[in-house]
Amino acid sequence: MTEWIDACAKDDIDPEDLIRFDHQGRSFAIYRSPDDAFYCTDGLCTHEQVHLADGLVMDHVIECPKHNGQFDYRSGEALRAPVCENLNTYTVKMEGERIWILI
Amino acid sequence: MSAKDYSLLGPDGAEAVESGLAAAQWYHSDIPRKEMKALMKREDGPAIRDTLILFCLMIVFVVGAIALWPSPWSIPLWLCYGVLYGSAMDSRWHECGHGTAFRTAWMNDLVYQIAAFMMVRNPVTWRWSHARHHTDTIIVGRDPEIVAMRPPKLFRILANLVGLADAWAGWSRMLLNASGRLHPEEVTFIPASEQAKAIRVARVWLAIYLATIALALWLGSILPLMVVGLPRLYGAWHHVLTGVLQHAGLAENVTDHRLNSRTVYMNPVSRFLYWNMNYHIEHHMFPMVPYHRLPALHAKIKHDLPAPSPSIWAAYCEVIPAVLRQLRYEDFFIKRELPDSARPYREDLHQVAI
Ligand code: FES
Repeated sequence: MTEWIDACAKDDIDPEDLIRFDHQGRSFAIYRSPDDAFYCTDGLCTHEQVHLADGLVMDHVIECPKHNGQFDYRSGEALRAPVCENLNTYTVKMEGERIWILI
Repeated sequence: MSAKDYSLLGPDGAEAVESGLAAAQWYHSDIPRKEMKALMKREDGPAIRDTLILFCLMIVFVVGAIALWPSPWSIPLWLCYGVLYGSAMDSRWHECGHGTAFRTAWMNDLVYQIAAFMMVRNPVTWRWSHARHHTDTIIVGRDPEIVAMRPPKLFRILANLVGLADAWAGWSRMLLNASGRLHPEEVTFIPASEQAKAIRVARVWLAIYLATIALALWLGSILPLMVVGLPRLYGAWHHVLTGVLQHAGLAENVTDHRLNSRTVYMNPVSRFLYWNMNYHIEHHMFPMVPYHRLPALHAKIKHDLPAPSPSIWAAYCEVIPAVLRQLRYEDFFIKRELPDSARPYREDLHQVAI
């Protein structure tokens, strides 16, 4: 059963950056791309349980802070070892200045 | 206390997993996100410059050495070529393996493959072993890259000044992998999906070495091997000299890089060869920061770190007595002091480390 959750304000995230959002024991990462679109993935790297929120966003790639594994945060695709497993992604919508995620 | 088991298949590793020491949360100095982002930012310029300098120097030295061969006048040129091949490539392997040297992915990958070949480190295997080194830095039985064990294997370290232990291990592993098999330890850290790649690379390397040996036989000269393969031995000394300082003599089994890693101020030539890995605490704490920004990172967090060793010489003045002492008392280690400005470390970490 999925539901829309009000996650944050648009301005909470700098362009080409991400923030961590925790909800009911789950952790998510919400991204703002350089072209000002918003995306959401699981918050923890699929290699080891490390928060991606401390990582680096470059264009449409998030690099994990622990071993520099990379994902395309739009599709969740694992791009660079040591990550081999894709990230789950979640649908995002904007309502006014707020960002909602479907989880 | 009983001797520690550094193998990845032994009881110490299992104990580390059970006690939560493996894959633990590690200490990080505080840096505001904006500043951290600026430090992590990637660019191609510095690494392109350094790579061009490196490869141009290698070509100049090797062409000169071949021209003068077999005169003794070629020896200094071989030594210069060797140190770029057998030592500078260690840091290029390392930085490009992290993917931080260049912003452009293919540039990191290309230099990584070349450097891995020269260092005789299977690029697949070592990517995974190095990931483990970062997850479980100097955790006994978990970290496959511990150089100075307790008691230290001094002969092995000294032999590595001319590559004897590591290069031979690399070549034997290449033969094993090329035969289609992995070492049981490799199986513990290379995911099943990646194992075939390690075997493929080993076969390509074997073909290159066989071609080089065939050329040497055909010419009736070791000259081709002086260019490919042997520089890993006669040029290894600098990467061992600098690499030993990273963790030797410091605490094991602590989840705070300030206690188990060492930052050493070095001369500009060593820093070029070593690509700033002398800022080793900083690198471990924040592996996302490219080598060329490590001095800036150091400036930002040095108030929170132990005082760096002022030179390679000073660092060895600390390391040599410590490892000699560890030959007799393997529980001995250097207990790091933090400045008053630093956040204190958890005292219990040092208790566990004993
Ligand atoms: S934890 Fe993310 S790459 Fe290893």
